[in-house]
Amino acid sequence: MTTTEVPARAAYSAIVRKGQTLAIVDLHGNQAVDFLVYNAGDTSERYSAAATIAAQRNIFLTTGSVLRTAGGAPLMTVTADTCGRHDTIGGACSKESNSLRYGQHTRHQHACVENFLAEGARWGLGKRDLVSNINWYMNVPVEADGTLGIVDGISSPGLEVQLRAEIDVLVLVSNCPQINNPCNGFDPTAVRMIITGEAA
Amino acid sequence: MTTATTYGARDHARAQDGTIVDTMPTIPASAWPGPPAGVDAADLTWAETVAGGGYTHKVLARGTEFRLTDLDGDACAHLLLYNADAPWERLNVADTVKVQWNAYLGESVALLSDQARVLATVISDESGKHDALCGTSADGLTAFTVAAAKHGLTPRDLPPSLSLFQGVRVGESGELEFQGSAGPGRSVTLRAQLPLVVLIANVAHPLGVAQVSPLRVLAWRAKPSNPDSPEWTATPEARRAFENTADYLTARGLA
Repeated sequence: MTTTEVPARAAYSAIVRKGQTLAIVDLHGNQAVDFLVYNAGDTSERYSAAATIAAQRNIFLTTGSVLRTAGGAPLMTVTADTCGRHDTIGGACSKESNSLRYGQHTRHQHACVENFLAEGARWGLGKRDLVSNINWYMNVPVEADGTLGIVDGISSPGLEVQLRAEIDVLVLVSNCPQINNPCNGFDPTAVRMIITGEAA
Repeated sequence: MTTATTYGARDHARAQDGTIVDTMPTIPASAWPGPPAGVDAADLTWAETVAGGGYTHKVLARGTEFRLTDLDGDACAHLLLYNADAPWERLNVADTVKVQWNAYLGESVALLSDQARVLATVISDESGKHDALCGTSADGLTAFTVAAAKHGLTPRDLPPSLSLFQGVRVGESGELEFQGSAGPGRSVTLRAQLPLVVLIANVAHPLGVAQVSPLRVLAWRAKPSNPDSPEWTATPEARRAFENTADYLTARGLA
């Protein structure tokens, strides 16, 4: 078992071998965990939000959801989820998109894309490898008229998602530093990553 | 006509000149017989009809307006856009829907890049049936892979795409409802706000039927949006995206 506490605002990455399970624990509640996953053997094969939600015909992830590549191949499966639903459509915050959502005064604040780029570079990943990501514990409803937004979370301290790797995968995580919307309760906090099980 | 000799094969090949089929580009585009109302034929820069299952691609100047038409009601135009000068800047559907606080595409919506700039704007929409959530199908992935390669781009350069003419709506529990098309003859017109690489795959929607009908593409020289254009101030977020775009173009010496 490998346990890692990811500090508030920090990045994390790890290889999870086929058959192993990654648990993501929302230690303090309502902490968005921005998440990308790649085939560890060929990172051009990567999580596709579009293929994942088209296959399950639902935008929310929960127990039973299969995280898929653009070609439909399973990368990981959600095997347990005590929160209930997670976001697939809101993407990651960036210094750039912060300038649109809030104004130029937020341009120099830390953001998830900064974490993805810096941590991804350790694995040879660059900007081209960043695509629409999962936001564990983030609450993004869509109204009948299409209005969507990041609203107050439905998570609470100690809730947990478990993901079983279907192949050897590389996970790339940003423990979201956003302070301009409720995705972290306006107070980014630490999360815990636990990898268990034998590689198949 | 014999093709047993080089001379015969040459004559055979050359005898095809001028053949017209239903799905093909018209080159030069100014020869297209039906320019849109108010558009001088001499300003046309792209005139092409794409078969169901087909794809096309073009580099467009900033300010170009391009119109996609679902001729028979079963087209599905999967679209990817890149900054032609720096193609690592590309369409970001997540930012497009999140920043503009709406999951559905329509008139005045800005198609945003990952650099918080406007790649293109929807300036008219007769369909209202579109999708920014489900991406493309296996056929679309293949088409985009090949089209992207012709611009030096690889599968790593393919983010989730959006699609026009086949609608998807989200239900209360997050479930996806496939709405299909708004019928034949509907057009969507976009305006390039940066120099663009445009990739279009006319293939099945992932939730739709396999049969796809032809798509027409017309483009013509026009002017980029300015602060008096309605889309510039459609939302505060769109205004800031246009301001970011202008900032980039000014510093780059392009505007």
